[in-house]
Amino acid sequence: MTLLSKAALAGALLALAACSNTLTGDDAMTAGGPGSAGLGAGIAGSASDPTSPAYFQQSIGDRVLFEVDQSSLTPTAQATLQGQAEWLMANPDYTAIIEGHADEQGTREYNLALGARRANAAREYLISRGVAGSRLKTVSYGKERPIEVCSEESCYAKNRRAVTVLAAAAMS
Amino acid sequence: MGVSGDRLTVRFRVWDVFSGAELGQGLQFAGATEGWRRMAHKVADQVYSRITGESGYFDSRVAFVSESGPKDARQKRLAIMDYDGANVQYLTDSSSIVLAPRFSPTGDRLLYTSYESGFPRISVLDLGRVERRVLESQEGTMSFAPRFAPDGRTVVFSLTQGGNTDLYRMDIASGATTRLTQAPSIETAPSYSPDGSQIVFESDRSGTQQLYIMPAGGGEARRISNGQGRYGTPVWSPRGDLIAFTKQNKGRFHIGVMRTDGSNERLLTASFLDEGPTWAPNGRVIMFTRETQGAGGRAQLYSVDISGRNLRPVRTPDGASDPAWSPLQN
Repeated sequence: MTLLSKAALAGALLALAACSNTLTGDDAMTAGGPGSAGLGAGIAGSASDPTSPAYFQQSIGDRVLFEVDQSSLTPTAQATLQGQAEWLMANPDYTAIIEGHADEQGTREYNLALGARRANAAREYLISRGVAGSRLKTVSYGKERPIEVCSEESCYAKNRRAVTVLAAAAMS
Repeated sequence: MGVSGDRLTVRFRVWDVFSGAELGQGLQFAGATEGWRRMAHKVADQVYSRITGESGYFDSRVAFVSESGPKDARQKRLAIMDYDGANVQYLTDSSSIVLAPRFSPTGDRLLYTSYESGFPRISVLDLGRVERRVLESQEGTMSFAPRFAPDGRTVVFSLTQGGNTDLYRMDIASGATTRLTQAPSIETAPSYSPDGSQIVFESDRSGTQQLYIMPAGGGEARRISNGQGRYGTPVWSPRGDLIAFTKQNKGRFHIGVMRTDGSNERLLTASFLDEGPTWAPNGRVIMFTRETQGAGGRAQLYSVDISGRNLRPVRTPDGASDPAWSPLQN
């Protein structure tokens, strides 16, 4: 290659190198997506009203926990989901997204797939107890959205979860 | 070196003091003065390849996920920089989670996973035009872990439906999709061989995460990982001879390499959490994510030679994860 052509090529490549624009989401959501903040923010109604999402979250329990690398439902998880199913049958104006999560001990892609298994296990159980599948979506966050931040089993146990996040059916 | 207005010219020669002879011919690069780093990297690549006889990797870029904020409210943005951490540019804002950018074979496009729709979906970003397109996907599914085939037109990725994750490939232009695996186990993290004929991926079909190789069109897979522990995120080296991977064993994470038949496994690193290797374009260096433990845990990029030597952090303005090394820029 001659000096001239090499130099011209380098100049052309350098001109192409810049790429400074930033893409912006058209439809910006909060950083975590719906429900990922966990307890608290934006849950409607009073916990003393059995038809309220607040009651669902606090009295019935909006989440079930899993063993390490498992997606099978423990007896405790099944009891919680039984309560969720009864509530959803009694309150047909709500749909739900079930969010599956993993602890940080694992690679990113595997944990996404594992969280999906957990969310699906909860969804299948709710369907088996009579909730229409059309009301239940699932999503996995893998290890992206821990609620507890220590690197010990006490935190990991709470992060291995499937959370049932309610939405008003008319709005979904 | 000469500057004339906003034009910079660099000339260099490489002299071997032992043999007392010049290595190759003198060379000249010219360009705008603002491109001085790029020119220095091109000179470095020439020097490296004349001395080692191998191609260099200095005139390359790294796409990654920039991380800020606490562990339980982490903000992620897609970013790109020179391979050494300079010239960071952000490609998305932090309004939704983004994961795992992957370069096209010519470096002109990036695949990545975004939660912008509320569900993980794969986007392809044209770096020259700064244009983005979300790949088609079916309602109620998740798609992630994309990687280009060497033809630059095909993408292999994971698709989750009803809690089960399998591998698929898609023709980007037409959206035509082919299912490659059909098993109740998790199949993810696919990576093509450089000739495009085979795919290495991870699966827990044996009970734990292990590495497998199958024909690019699907079909029978053979397991290649045989040591203790779990193996994930395999990446085929650009030379075709090695597979880099993440290994999890006895509570520690490692980046390692093995031959494509699973022999000669070597672990290059060890820490609380190392994951997600990516190859330098010449196949001599690996970059990966290292995350520290505890409430203040933070992700940072590191590079290591495939000899296991020269482990060093890559400095970035914030936390950083999921590096993807570009091909050489020319």
